[in-house]
Amino acid sequence: MITTEKPEIAAAAAEAGERVNARSCTETFGADEPLRLDSEVELSPFTISFQTYGRLNADKSNVVLVCHALTGDQFAASPHPVTGKPGWWSNMVGPGRPIDTDRYFVICPNVIGGCMGTTGPRDINQETGKPYGLTFPGVTIADMVRAQAMLLDRLGIDDIFCAIGGSMGGMQVLQWCAAYPDRVFSAIPIATAARHSAQNIAFHEVGRQAIMADPEWRQGSYLEHGTNPAKGLAVARMAAHITYLSETALHRKFGRNLQDRDEITYGFDADFQIESYLRYQGSTFVDRFDANSYLYITRAMDYFDLAQDHGGILANAFRGTTTRFCVMSFTSDWLFPTSDSKQVVHALNAVAANVSFVEIDTDKGHDAFLLDEPEMLDTLSGFLESAAQRRGLTT
Amino acid sequence: MSPNSLTGGRPLPHAPRTDFDFIAEKIAPGSRVLDVGCGDGELLARLVKERGVDGRGMELSQEGVNASVTRGLSVIQGDADTDLRDYPKDAFDYVILSQTIQATHNPSIVLQELARIGQHIIVSFPNFGHWRVRLKLLLQGRMPETPSLGFQWYDTPNIHLCTLRDFTELCDTLGLHIDDALAVNGTRAKRIGKPGPLDNLTASEAVFMMSRTS
Repeated sequence: MITTEKPEIAAAAAEAGERVNARSCTETFGADEPLRLDSEVELSPFTISFQTYGRLNADKSNVVLVCHALTGDQFAASPHPVTGKPGWWSNMVGPGRPIDTDRYFVICPNVIGGCMGTTGPRDINQETGKPYGLTFPGVTIADMVRAQAMLLDRLGIDDIFCAIGGSMGGMQVLQWCAAYPDRVFSAIPIATAARHSAQNIAFHEVGRQAIMADPEWRQGSYLEHGTNPAKGLAVARMAAHITYLSETALHRKFGRNLQDRDEITYGFDADFQIESYLRYQGSTFVDRFDANSYLYITRAMDYFDLAQDHGGILANAFRGTTTRFCVMSFTSDWLFPTSDSKQVVHALNAVAANVSFVEIDTDKGHDAFLLDEPEMLDTLSGFLESAAQRRGLTT
Repeated sequence: MSPNSLTGGRPLPHAPRTDFDFIAEKIAPGSRVLDVGCGDGELLARLVKERGVDGRGMELSQEGVNASVTRGLSVIQGDADTDLRDYPKDAFDYVILSQTIQATHNPSIVLQELARIGQHIIVSFPNFGHWRVRLKLLLQGRMPETPSLGFQWYDTPNIHLCTLRDFTELCDTLGLHIDDALAVNGTRAKRIGKPGPLDNLTASEAVFMMSRTS
């Protein structure tokens, strides 16, 4: 029995989850298959919600695993069920795209701790009958990847032809290569790092504090109270969104232009276009994202440090790897700068791994990996084509 | 700036590449190869296709790297002076440094690094002892500009030019055995084994194949 002040809110949240899952594939793992988390807690039962694109070939050798970023989801190449917008990677994934769905079988799972159908803090804790909220166990990037590996096992898929993702998706790709080296034929970690930097942890902490400072957050139990910390979550999104762009791009797009007015107002309305833009980004984000999920997933990124997991030497994470890597960064990305990618490349060279490293010249900042960057798309097409030939995947 | 200028005067892609023929012939099929200063990956692509090598490349210019990756090669952006130290000992059967050594800051250290990470080293460079170079300096009193050295003194990336004799002496000092060499003069090329004084006068470029003596 769910005991809440406004049970219809929790019911609505549950219904929203069901609506998402009606548009996704789901696999549920029961008490006999718990997810063993890094925190040594066993999460059970749990569900993974995912999308697939394309067809699995007869020998199951054409699987591309797309790992999504912090606020991404499984809808990489199909319209989002809440916003109706096209998939977040529609320019990368689809027929004739670099990840050609006429050729590859793409799986894009929602991460553990997420809010788009995969089990997360918004879901009902079977033991208490209430939404998890802050009783949801802390999760890590390794936990997300472990859950994905269980999903692939369930689907009868042993090997991934290519694991690809940007930002937190790239962290998952690196984790896959370290934890399951024999299952990953090729890997494309984009605009990412083998460990989250102090600066990035700092930005995340600002976002989390914004959420937790919202009185509607109610110590994380807002679903039970029928409230929503939308303002806190919007501020978190606004702060984060700045880090996804570059100063040059902000100046080019907005400059000091005023919003729907000719003069400054000496008040605190959105005088400037950039203010209006950020407010819009914040307000639309809260419609599709859960505040507690934001806390849990940012924490997972903060905890990520692949070298620390391997005796302090990053190269040890990749020793003996036969995976073909294509590491990619963007010149104007200051959130995951090229130096982060180069650390990964140095570690891969130290074990004589097969690695390519491409830096794309763009002023669009961290977000560039989501945008139509022709050089990114061309180089990834070339890399994938070469890997496909090696794997014996013919068109 | 074109990848060509950044690799220190590598000839244009349409030029006949007798040095590439020599290198391709020298490399055992299926071996592990690192091409340092691989430009747009022309030689590496050829080695992968013709010799079935496990080929890797390093290139200073991002244009060159991106072009190489787009054609399906495994290439990273990197600097021969600083980034070779990441590779473990004996990581490769062959390490190629074509038309790049004269543009490095410390050719001696680069050669030692190449010898550390590769069983065999293949190095090509323009010969500053070529008669045309000597004559230009002697008669005109100016820094020579030749087909192999197409830069003015103030804009050249070639900061450590040498002659065949200089290079041979450095190899001796570093304990590198010269297994074979190719003297290139325009479109003609000649196997010379170990270069002599006449080769030092007639070769505009040379390709050396070396291995560690110890």
